[in-house]
Amino acid sequence: MYQTDMYEGMLAETVTIPGHNGDLINAYVARPLGAGPFPGVVLIHHIPGWDEWYKETTRRFAHNGYAAICPNLYYRDGHGTPEDVAARVRAAGGVSDEQVVGDVEGGMRYLRSLPYSAGKVGVIGTCSGGRHTVLVACRVKGFDAAVDCWGGRVVMSQEDLTEKLPVAPIDYTADLACPLLGLFGEDDRGPTADQVAQHEQELKKHGKTYEFHIYPGAGHGFFYYNRSSYRQEQAVDGWEKLFAFFEKYLGGPA
Amino acid sequence: MCTMIVEKAEISGSGKGPDGWFTLSHVAVSYDHPFHLPLEHALNIDFLNEAQGPGARTAVELTPESARQLVRVIQAALEQGQESY
Repeated sequence: MYQTDMYEGMLAETVTIPGHNGDLINAYVARPLGAGPFPGVVLIHHIPGWDEWYKETTRRFAHNGYAAICPNLYYRDGHGTPEDVAARVRAAGGVSDEQVVGDVEGGMRYLRSLPYSAGKVGVIGTCSGGRHTVLVACRVKGFDAAVDCWGGRVVMSQEDLTEKLPVAPIDYTADLACPLLGLFGEDDRGPTADQVAQHEQELKKHGKTYEFHIYPGAGHGFFYYNRSSYRQEQAVDGWEKLFAFFEKYLGGPA
Repeated sequence: MCTMIVEKAEISGSGKGPDGWFTLSHVAVSYDHPFHLPLEHALNIDFLNEAQGPGARTAVELTPESARQLVRVIQAALEQGQESY
């Protein structure tokens, strides 16, 4: 635990990494200064883009002792303000699952290659990134813990499937390769409490290690302090639960 | 949740963005998370020039009721204008 007479330092910067298909994309990396070793966390940004909240959250993980990376999933869609780029992706119907999986795997490989890596890497995402987290934790080997924050469309009807989103993440549950923490708001309409229950049932059926928390009085996006969806009490508890989860499965900070 | 609801059309016209006027090529209308309006979902309209990059965008985010009002007044103005001129 941090004491006020301890040294603190952090490096945060943009780097270039190979993503899906070997394409070079940019990513935001933050890590504590020092030799480590530091456990790693890959952050999967939400539909509103590779934005300030995600950069801050990347630094928050570094502040708490992790080497963290947040790949820009919209790199191929041009450059501008995060909102303008995210609006362009929104108009195009989002990015494909296949591409996201490859880009996130690239982030994980980058963290594992670093000389100060402690050897364990987690993944976390919110909103669409929560859904992607479930997908990646099932389809990519090399993650040691996953945190899905209110990811919608983990459960999808046949009509919801598209060329870019061809398979519902719940259908990959048998392949889930690491423990999963889920944080949800009871009033959320995507995922609904019923969809969370369906996912939980599937995890049980396949004997997976998971921990789901559904917060009363919260809806979608209750961590976002800059949105009206913010719920202080639930967010504070959620952050405590996710840091405890990562500490349990990734090991504590150096 | 992210609805992924978006409708898009080619259009002709001009839009004013942070760098001044630009020629429009498309409009994208989505019902999804807004960036600024304090609602979980909004009717978002982006007037775009796709060839000029992501910054060539004029955006509005409307409550559903406001979007319906917009449709109504656009229809009314169009009908009056095209009848008379």
